[in-house]
Amino acid sequence: MADDYYEKKDLQDFPRIAEQAPEQGRAFFDYYAKATAPGALSAREKALIALAVATVRHCPYCIDAYTNKCLSLGLTGDEMLEAIHVGAAMVAGDTLAHATQVRKILRQKEM
Amino acid sequence: MSVPGPSFRECLRRSGFFPFRAAAVKILQLNITRRCNLRCRHCHVEAGPEQGRQMNDAVLEKCLEVAALPAITTLDVTGGAPELHPRFRELVARLATLGKRLLVRTNLVVLQEPEFADLVEFYARHRVELVASLPDARGERTDRLRGAGVFAAIIAVMRRLNAQGYGRPGSGLVLDLVHNPVGAYLPGEQGDLEADYRRVLAEQHGVEFNQLFCLTNCPVGRYLEYLQSSGNLGDYMLALQAAYNPAAAGRAMCRETISVGPDGTLYDCDFNQMLALPVAGSAPVDIFSFDHRVLAGREIVVANHCFACTAGAGSSCQGATLPTADQQKAAAK
Repeated sequence: MADDYYEKKDLQDFPRIAEQAPEQGRAFFDYYAKATAPGALSAREKALIALAVATVRHCPYCIDAYTNKCLSLGLTGDEMLEAIHVGAAMVAGDTLAHATQVRKILRQKEM
Repeated sequence: MSVPGPSFRECLRRSGFFPFRAAAVKILQLNITRRCNLRCRHCHVEAGPEQGRQMNDAVLEKCLEVAALPAITTLDVTGGAPELHPRFRELVARLATLGKRLLVRTNLVVLQEPEFADLVEFYARHRVELVASLPDARGERTDRLRGAGVFAAIIAVMRRLNAQGYGRPGSGLVLDLVHNPVGAYLPGEQGDLEADYRRVLAEQHGVEFNQLFCLTNCPVGRYLEYLQSSGNLGDYMLALQAAYNPAAAGRAMCRETISVGPDGTLYDCDFNQMLALPVAGSAPVDIFSFDHRVLAGREIVVANHCFACTAGAGSSCQGATLPTADQQKAAAK
């Protein structure tokens, strides 16, 4: 049963999610297209941001899609890994930033 | 080659393009030899030093006769490495006298060989447009696909071509480059990649070019072998199918092209040539029975490999067939 989850081919259904709740679905896809299109940031910069978010969010579909996208845009493996390290460093950083909360409670509670 | 969803033929039918017919024959593409000094891993022609097939004298003379027809506006010489054909210089010089757009698809590396060193000046004298494969603006990927040292050789030859005027603004000498993905993925937007190539090649190597043509790798020849052996064929075909664009089908290069094989057989394109799929139906199948009127309205032979030319912004021997985002913006102004 578990084999039925997260199959690669499931992503092919993604463009059709707007078949239900079409207004919201269309709004999402419009927003997604605008947010990821080149603007003040280039297509390459946005693809690297998306790849870093995809890995941080552990989304297998997005990791597949944006690794391919980065390849298509001519980005190198080094550039992709550098972006992922930014994501990883941010995760480590925001974890450790919460240590300040622990320290605050320690200061409050310890004699 | 099967695909899980609708076939290429079915996609054409759904978008009102079936039967798929030629609109004209303006481009005459001559594949004069399968021999090549390189052995690139993506080569759909499976060219290499060991290949012996080349156009014989009778076919070559007939091609020159057909090339002179007023309806033919572009002459496109390819191979293999076309320079390796023994009558290459004579062919190009005679084609040049016709006053038409004349392209030679060169791997550039061959111009480093002493016996071909004169070709840089020869090409300029005959105003030949050069189209050269450079899969990536960075050496590592290019060498992975085309062989060790190829990138450095291409840069060295580009410097000589630039010195001759090729790729320089205002010279009228055209040097276009061809990008294709180094793996099982589709090319990105042509305008973005061209800007990246231009910046990297100028900053790191001091060389210039005119346009970048993005080609989608067609699942034929060595590239098909790669897809099969790496387990990528299924996903790649799905990606091509998902990117099917009816607008690109309408502008497919085969609708204005005839491709001639070394033995004179006529094909709708270079890929069909490799698949041994000659022009179909009542159309003449070899250069000796060339009939422009019939060929200009012929039905084109299609199969699922054709998804490569209709993906996204389209793909042809001259790059994307639909305008890039920059071109669209310029047109809007």
